Amino acid sequence: MEKEEERDTLLRRLESRGVTRRDFLRVCSIAAAAVGLPPWTVAKMAEAATLKSRPSVIWLHFQECTGCTETLLRTSHPALSELLLNLVSLDYHETLFAAAGANAEDALREAMRKNSGKYVLVVEGSIPTKDNGAFCKVGGKTAMEIIREVAPEAGAIIAIGSCASWGGVASADPNPTGATGVPQLLRTADYAPILKGKPIVTLPGCPPNPYNLLGTVLQYATLGTLPALDALGRPMFAYARTIHEDCPRRPHFDAGRFVEKFGDPNHRMGYCLYKTGCKGPKTLASCSQQHFVEVVGAWPVGIGHPCIGCTEQSVAFRIPLHATVEIDRPTPPDTFPPIHADRGGVSPAATGVAGLVAGALAGAGLVAARKLGKDAAAGEGEEKEEGK
Amino acid sequence: MNSRFRPVGGPILTGTFLVSAAVFIVSVAILIWRFIVGLGPTTAMNDLYPWGIWITYDVVVGTALACGGYAVALLCYVLNKGKYHHLIRPAILTSALGYSLAGVSVIIDLGRYWNVWKVPLLWNWNRNSILLEVAICIMTYVVVLWIELAPAFLEKWEEDAPWQWLRNLSLKIHPWLNKILIPLLALGILLPTMHQSSLGSMMLIAVHKLHKLWHTPMLPLLFLLSCIVMGYAAVVFETALADKVFKLPRETKLLAPLSVAMVVVLFAFLVVRIGDLALRGRLGLIFRFDFYSFMFLLEMALFVIPAVLLIFRRFRYNPGVEFLCAMMMMTAGLLYRFDAFLVGFKPAPNAAYFPSIPEMFVTLGLVAFEVMAYLFIVKTFPILGGVTHAAPRTGHGGVSVPATGG
Amino acid sequence: MSVTRRSVLKGMAAAAATSVTGVPKALARERKMPPAGAVGMLYDATRCIGCKACMVKCKEANELPPDPGGQMGAIYDAPDDLTGNTKNVIKLYREGDKISYMKAQCMHCVDPACVSVCMIGAFRKDKQGIVTYDPGMCVGCRYCMMACPFNVPKYQWNVAFPKIVKCEMCRHRLAEGKLPACVEACPREAVIFGKLEDLKADARKRLAADPGRYYPKVYGETDGGGTQVLYLSAAGIPFEKLGLPDIGNQPLPELSETLQHAVYQGFVAPIVIYGALGLVIYRNRKRQSSEEEGDK
Repeated sequence: MEKEEERDTLLRRLESRGVTRRDFLRVCSIAAAAVGLPPWTVAKMAEAATLKSRPSVIWLHFQECTGCTETLLRTSHPALSELLLNLVSLDYHETLFAAAGANAEDALREAMRKNSGKYVLVVEGSIPTKDNGAFCKVGGKTAMEIIREVAPEAGAIIAIGSCASWGGVASADPNPTGATGVPQLLRTADYAPILKGKPIVTLPGCPPNPYNLLGTVLQYATLGTLPALDALGRPMFAYARTIHEDCPRRPHFDAGRFVEKFGDPNHRMGYCLYKTGCKGPKTLASCSQQHFVEVVGAWPVGIGHPCIGCTEQSVAFRIPLHATVEIDRPTPPDTFPPIHADRGGVSPAATGVAGLVAGALAGAGLVAARKLGKDAAAGEGEEKEEGK
Repeated sequence: MNSRFRPVGGPILTGTFLVSAAVFIVSVAILIWRFIVGLGPTTAMNDLYPWGIWITYDVVVGTALACGGYAVALLCYVLNKGKYHHLIRPAILTSALGYSLAGVSVIIDLGRYWNVWKVPLLWNWNRNSILLEVAICIMTYVVVLWIELAPAFLEKWEEDAPWQWLRNLSLKIHPWLNKILIPLLALGILLPTMHQSSLGSMMLIAVHKLHKLWHTPMLPLLFLLSCIVMGYAAVVFETALADKVFKLPRETKLLAPLSVAMVVVLFAFLVVRIGDLALRGRLGLIFRFDFYSFMFLLEMALFVIPAVLLIFRRFRYNPGVEFLCAMMMMTAGLLYRFDAFLVGFKPAPNAAYFPSIPEMFVTLGLVAFEVMAYLFIVKTFPILGGVTHAAPRTGHGGVSVPATGG
Repeated sequence: MSVTRRSVLKGMAAAAATSVTGVPKALARERKMPPAGAVGMLYDATRCIGCKACMVKCKEANELPPDPGGQMGAIYDAPDDLTGNTKNVIKLYREGDKISYMKAQCMHCVDPACVSVCMIGAFRKDKQGIVTYDPGMCVGCRYCMMACPFNVPKYQWNVAFPKIVKCEMCRHRLAEGKLPACVEACPREAVIFGKLEDLKADARKRLAADPGRYYPKVYGETDGGGTQVLYLSAAGIPFEKLGLPDIGNQPLPELSETLQHAVYQGFVAPIVIYGALGLVIYRNRKRQSSEEEGDK
């Protein structure tokens, strides 16, 4: 009965916004393709979206700018945010909530109680730890207290944005609030027990590409699993390659054509931005493949600004914006000459000719020597006879 | 002055001559191609092997084989063995031809040959350059050799010149030539001593590129010793062949006592070669049995076998064995020089050189030209001959009348 | 008579012996130092990103044609080594997961083999220590290519009127007050230009500041008598792997020039031998002719 109701609600919701079932499947396919899920998951998604009960999502905001939420809402395809927000049951989200005050807090407690052990906890923003976390309070509780309450019963934890992933801008030196990311805090000895070994997905980026969240949530909602993660909890489908490796301006890099300064002719020609401080070679993210708000070219390098490396703790807010970086993971093409190039060779024909000539000469020499020997023997004979 | 030497006579256009001419013409065609398209397409030389057989064979080996003039001059004029005098002209002739063709070969090999006139200009000289010394020495020696040989031509022209003015000129020059003969002869001995050793010095600079079996400060001495061996062997070889071909009385027997000297030189070479390797702790390289040690052992065998054979009087006086030994000594010197310039030269991994077919053809063509020139000159001018066998050369193979010039 | 002959042979033997048994110390050649105003380059392989911008700029600055490398007939520029059309090339060393770039160019040795062997001074070392090439004095003998331990000078094999080609540190640009093209183009300052002494100090400073990053040696400080182009390599990658051979600290021309100068010092030995030879030949001939006369 409840299931039926849920399904009707979802379809009705989508249809009321002009989204047909076909539209829905199309977006599912795009999303599945974007995050590298096999095609059959599309059907599964559709099925899940209509039949399964939607996972409950609790979205916490801490020390942040809400940019991550904004980028999610600013997707140009009308259905995407809808899809994402409707695919799940967003039970608590301070920005999107109509409710306020005690009502909102009640909703949080209700959701936690109802979906205990199953809900997805999405954290946006860093957690200040200095002075007992006094720098960020919601409803009279510090961020540290809130996370201590909400994290233990979560089925999965997703840290969205660089702030939640590793501290973000708030953690930049001198880091007055002691801002830290979710995984860093939850893996301290103090918090580790409440984590109970749960994986923490991090989606760094300032803001992260919404498709990365979509992909992760889609997989969790449809298959109940999380995507493959790297050591820092980043989904491999989006964070396994550097911006540089798939950058549309890479040919200019390879050809040594660089923007020397902003606004110069090379800049207008769309040359490589490495010299103006592009952090692409050091930055693991999918931006160069998956642009923002589904507009081709809508990403920093696409609009002519170097990548600032917002996903990387070691780069963003640490290396000056326009300083060039080392290339940590050189992926030289095979067109580089080796240290010792091949030069010359031994042609079989030439060897043959040389052998022939040498052989002929040696043979002729031997024959001549034998002849001379014989002649000499004959001559000696003659001489001896003459002597007698 | 009545010469002891006589033209051999006989038809110029023999089979050997025609075959040589054919080879030579092909090589001329290749050379035209070389001067139009450059060295790259015609030769197998490359950036890591900038010197191919045109330098290694035609110059480094060729001049050593042409050291017969040097060896015989040393014998006749310095050691005063007058009985070898009749060997001097053929030896000088082969030397002159060999050195001249080495010069031609250098011009062919030079990339910017049009600048070559700047080399003899004293004020341009870089006196650190060993190649410069070699170049100047060889240039001078070529001139010296032809002047040394000039009496042969003058004698001929004095009697029978195609043009009257040539005859007059010859008559005028000849006495004058006799006056400068001694400083010239001395120069003819000094110059090869200098440049043959310096040919070895040239590879001193390739400290790290030349294999340790060949790179040694002894290179100049080893090159000098090897050129004496090669020059002597070339004289034996050439005399034996000439006597056979032109049906002259055998002279090689005369050379037999000289082989004792060669045994000394050969052993000197071997002692320096092996002793040097031993002193520098490089003997181990010989027994690695890789390509280089194989080449070294082959080279050594070619030096050792004649050195041992010629110790025995029985073999020294056997023309067949003597000829064989001469061939082995020539090959030994050839191989040593090839090893020191090409085989042991390993400028970088992945680098290789083997002469291309056109390249080899040019070398063959130059040798063919040498054969042609030799045949023409000995048949036309008084080059060959002997004091001890003053018998008239009529009645040999129907050749009775010395061919007249023209 | 026999005394003279013997003395000649002795003289020759002595000359040969000097050329062989090492050389009196007094004749030994002085170790050369870089000139007072020596300039140079420092290439830090750990900073190089392999962008090849230097190669492009080098071609532009030196007006060199494209080089299709091993693929004859190709229209693009892909030299596989220094060639007759390429004075500067970025090479790649790759062995397992060890990767390093390598900028191959002329090392501008303090005591260059090419300058030592060049017959009439087509190669010279100028006031700043740059090894320059003057095609007007070059006969194309390619002895420089044989001599160079780094295989730097290259020959234009495929043209009728070729030249030797090698980096001259963009001296035409230096004269205009500009930097060498490759230095100007480098986005990472992986190759820098400056006074040799400053560069040496800089290189040592880098090694000291970050020992974990570098192979602990500045190549060219003393190698082959010193070079004016210095190299730093990444930790764990010795210079031989980058094609910079271990050639010891002795300048290559030292051995050959010392031997050659010992034998030809002031041209005394050849003149003495020449005189002696002349004398012997003269005596021999005189005796011979008197014998002949006696015979008559």
